[in-house]
Amino acid sequence: MSDLDSFRSETRAWLEAHCPPEMRAPMKDESDACWGGRNPVFKSDAQKQWMDAMAARGWTVPDWPKDYGGGGLSPAETKILRQEMAAIGARNPLMSFGISMLGPALLKYGNEGQKKRFLTQIARGEIRWCQGYSEPGAGSDLASLQTKCEDKGDHWLVNGQKVWTSYADKADWIFCLVRTDPAAPKHKGISFLLFDMASPGVSTKPILLISGNSPFCETFFDDVAVPKEQLVGEVGKGWDVAKYLLGHEREMISGMGLGGGGGESLGAALGDRLREDPLLRADVARFDVDAIAFRAMSERFIDELKAGQAHPAQPSMMKYAGTELNKARHELAMAAGGSAALEWDSDRSKGGKAPREWLRTKANSIEGGTSEIQLGIIAKHILQLPGA
Amino acid sequence: MPLYLNEDQVMLRDSARGFMAGEGAIGRQLRRLRDAGDVDGFDRGLWKQFAEMGFTGILAAEADGGLGLGHVEAGIVLEEIGRNLTPSPFLTSAVAVVEALRGAGDEVRGRWLPGIIAGDTIAALAVDEGAKHRPHDIAMVAERAGNGYTLTGEKSFVVHGAAADLIVVAARTAEGNALFAVERGADGLSVESARLADGSMAARMRFENVLADGPIGDEQALRRVLRAARVGAASELVGVGGAAAEQTVAYLKERKQFGRAIGEYQALQHRQAHLYCELEIARAATLKAQQMLDEDAEDAAAMSHVAKAKAGRASTLAVQEGVQMYGGVGMTDEYDIGLYMKRDRALNELFGDANYHADRLARMKGY
Repeated sequence: MSDLDSFRSETRAWLEAHCPPEMRAPMKDESDACWGGRNPVFKSDAQKQWMDAMAARGWTVPDWPKDYGGGGLSPAETKILRQEMAAIGARNPLMSFGISMLGPALLKYGNEGQKKRFLTQIARGEIRWCQGYSEPGAGSDLASLQTKCEDKGDHWLVNGQKVWTSYADKADWIFCLVRTDPAAPKHKGISFLLFDMASPGVSTKPILLISGNSPFCETFFDDVAVPKEQLVGEVGKGWDVAKYLLGHEREMISGMGLGGGGGESLGAALGDRLREDPLLRADVARFDVDAIAFRAMSERFIDELKAGQAHPAQPSMMKYAGTELNKARHELAMAAGGSAALEWDSDRSKGGKAPREWLRTKANSIEGGTSEIQLGIIAKHILQLPGA
Repeated sequence: MPLYLNEDQVMLRDSARGFMAGEGAIGRQLRRLRDAGDVDGFDRGLWKQFAEMGFTGILAAEADGGLGLGHVEAGIVLEEIGRNLTPSPFLTSAVAVVEALRGAGDEVRGRWLPGIIAGDTIAALAVDEGAKHRPHDIAMVAERAGNGYTLTGEKSFVVHGAAADLIVVAARTAEGNALFAVERGADGLSVESARLADGSMAARMRFENVLADGPIGDEQALRRVLRAARVGAASELVGVGGAAAEQTVAYLKERKQFGRAIGEYQALQHRQAHLYCELEIARAATLKAQQMLDEDAEDAAAMSHVAKAKAGRASTLAVQEGVQMYGGVGMTDEYDIGLYMKRDRALNELFGDANYHADRLARMKGY
């Protein structure tokens, strides 16, 4: 038996022993996700057990080095772990912007002290992070951000406002883009700062969205003092960190194209409702072709990424294709649901799950860089079209 | 198995790429043959060179004198064929018919495989009967007669049918669909060959009590052959669409209007970027289907429907955007982009178009 074969059988046995049965069903909605944090909210004992067991083994971040709380697995082993988890329908044990976004950036740009401190906390789910990127005046043109960060000798002083900060009201810490040099060209004066959301001067205000939910906040900084050692990379070179992290954010968002657990065939899920509507059935069949093909693209992208073969702009392609696909999925589901899918707060509709999710997906092609921004990046960096 | 080419496969791609771009180039093959009104629609000398490169035996077992490789490798060659619009019987002879022969008995394999591998024998696949691919509805009848069968019925869209020494024919028997081997010039076989829009040659065939030996494959074999042919055609489509898109992007950088390269206009940039995504997804889906076929995976049939449908639609988008973005010159015979558009149309019809495959996928998924 090869090493990988024995790794597979050991992994299978370990998952069998440690993954609680309740954690082997697809998440019903966002509230089923486990986010960890300083004051974690667990929906069930099983959820806590599962996160703790995976964290203890380093498998919340299987491919990170063991020194930083990871599992130290090779790309091939990581793929096997994912496959074995998928085979029993195991849920992601820990949803975390620390894992999907900040961690990879720290691994590349953080100093040893920052890696030891923050990566280990992220792996164990001890700190919940939020992302301070967009500002009211800096959306697609992110690099025009104005949040001021002054060097006060023994600390940084931060003043300004962020917007669309996901779960800022629930997060413990923020990774934040700030302007340290207002005189420099816009891409050169930016730095990447980490700080505690409990710091004096930080306040948040949830934004009510068209879905009726408020996953995003406005976040205000009023004379927030930040220790000097919490700046990642070099002063004024935060845009490099920001772009690298955006690549990982886009990768994460592109995962929505996969449609979550059990999303193999939209048509199979909609079933009978397509029978008397041949035109809708045709649309759904074409969608399934696109979705299954995208699933293959995702697999290829992850494999190429792990082998260091992916083009640096490839996440833009995944983000664009994945989010457009997810929007299409919910449009078709709404069409198949008809008037029943309009109910907004009835018990029968589980509090309007279908229409609220449909509306939520409209943000997919806006957040993390709009579809148009992604197409621009592909045109410039992959197709190398002039002036893009 | 990671979903990208391994080192050996990359080497094969590089050698196929060099060969097709040189020997198989559009000016050297497609245009020359078309303009000369060549009755075969491909160059027999080039087909011998395919054999010297080892391409003809890619799918045949080593014991039969082949390379014993898989659908991934066949797809690598087909993508390069697609990129250069190289006319050859590779897809029909070396992929579809070799796949049919792979499951046949020793005698049948011994009779046909050496000639195909040597580049001497041309083989064709006769499945379609009407203008659309409907293999679930085969009307041609095979009736027992003595030790063999007689075949009666009509076939259409038999690619390289007139040039073929061997025609593998799908027909209905009392036990279900089966595959039969019919030789060129058999009694009762009439062939009407025509040049298609893309310059390729295809035949309508009429069978009147044509004698054939026992089946070389059953219904399962027919399905296997169609899966191989479909993912092969998908690879060729990825090549057609990929080259059309690359050439169009190059043109956008060179063509100037209003004092600047038209590729500076966002209206065109975003469409090409979208197309790039579609083609990459099609390439991934096709490779996935080929890996699954080579592993004999359970869902390989579903994935081959996905691959053909996705590759067909992505390639069609590529050639349509290509002709539009080239503008007036895209309408001229002098430029190659129109040749890509015509080949895309033919390949979309070959072994089922995107609608056919989306419909089959939906049925497999229970809706």
